[in-house]
Amino acid sequence: MSLLRSSVLPLANVSRAFSTTTARKLAVAAEKPVLIKEFKIYRWNPDEPSKKPTLQSYQVDLNQCGPMVLDALIKIKNEADPTLTFRRSCREGICGSCAMNINGQNTLACLCRIERDTPKETRIYPLPHMYIVKDLVPDMTQFYKQYKSIKPFLQSEPPAQGEHLQSPAERRKLDGLYECILCACCSTSCPSYWWNQDEYLGPATLMQAYRWMADSRDTHKAERKAQLQNELSLYRCHTIFNCSRTCPKGLNPAEAIAKIKLDLAAE
Amino acid sequence: MSYRAVGLGSTLRRNILASRNASVTGRVLVRTLAPRRLIQTESVTESASRDILNAQRLKRPSSPHFTIYQPQLTWIGSIANRITGSALSVLLYGFSLAYLISPAFGMPFDSAAVISLVHDLPGWVKLTGKALLAAPFTFHSFNGLRHLAWDSGKFLTLKGAYSSGYAVLGATAVSTIALILI
Repeated sequence: MSLLRSSVLPLANVSRAFSTTTARKLAVAAEKPVLIKEFKIYRWNPDEPSKKPTLQSYQVDLNQCGPMVLDALIKIKNEADPTLTFRRSCREGICGSCAMNINGQNTLACLCRIERDTPKETRIYPLPHMYIVKDLVPDMTQFYKQYKSIKPFLQSEPPAQGEHLQSPAERRKLDGLYECILCACCSTSCPSYWWNQDEYLGPATLMQAYRWMADSRDTHKAERKAQLQNELSLYRCHTIFNCSRTCPKGLNPAEAIAKIKLDLAAE
Repeated sequence: MSYRAVGLGSTLRRNILASRNASVTGRVLVRTLAPRRLIQTESVTESASRDILNAQRLKRPSSPHFTIYQPQLTWIGSIANRITGSALSVLLYGFSLAYLISPAFGMPFDSAAVISLVHDLPGWVKLTGKALLAAPFTFHSFNGLRHLAWDSGKFLTLKGAYSSGYAVLGATAVSTIALILI
């Protein structure tokens, strides 16, 4: 490496100073070979609702594309098919918009590397068992409604006078809970949530329920527990662990739900 | 198709306007022919827009789920636990009811009759039968212990879930073979 650098650097200086023909030839970047990868993407168009959803195939040259699946999707949308529809925003795994099912696993397209073995295609579906608005865009209304139903905010009575203090140990209980970005990867990976979406709250919402139950400053723990004390809201969790397996942020909703169960059992 | 919607509107206009051969009058003409908005919008009342949305919602497909989800020890193990549990209960109730009812129909179902029936079966049928009984029974039992551990707060990490899962599979294999050899 050092040898290469020492031989290249003087030439680069020469080219800057004189722009000779040899230097110009050397300055041209070596053409990368074409590396075609096939992407099969779920398509459904609300303007033609009678047509069944299909998988559409796209070819992308990986050497002309960024490393992540989201880069490939954006490249396809820009260059091949502007009608391809998906949500995306931050491209760095903090907004949770680009959650989708890639090669059978729910994850964020912006955090998922494209597998470089080109004989194998990459299959992209929307989040499983959700109503589809268009292509890779699922209807999240129910998911957000469920999140709202657990009152995801601090309820403290009487309100704190001045700063509301926590000990470092109390604060540590919230680690691994508050980082959730509500991308819905976990909830839509859960078979229980597939079958009972109308009543069962799902891993993401339940982990946030626990986040407020575990907060030392919250005074409404009894109400929060009472809300979950029924057959469906919480107890449809059968400790399957698909949620923890799929979480793109590496969180553990299954553990949070198990802790709620232990809390409720101790009553 | 609306050019504006796909973000091509401005590029298109710029290219038309920059065309070298266009005369001054041509430019004016092109500018009037390439309007800023190529789509028409229409405002509707809130209830009407909700009706449109609901009509759309009725036609929405549900995205595919277990047919496309990657097979993983987590959910395959869980569904196996359910299937073996249901099968074992059906077998238990079926066997008990048969024991209860069969004398009324004159069919022998006492232990001696069952033993002599099994005794006359060929060897491979006995072995397969034993395996078919032993594997679900041992898997369901060990996985039940795993669930008990989870419900008492143990193995609640992804690593814990996987190592306990493989332990259950190993224990199932060993004990199934042991039960077949008895």
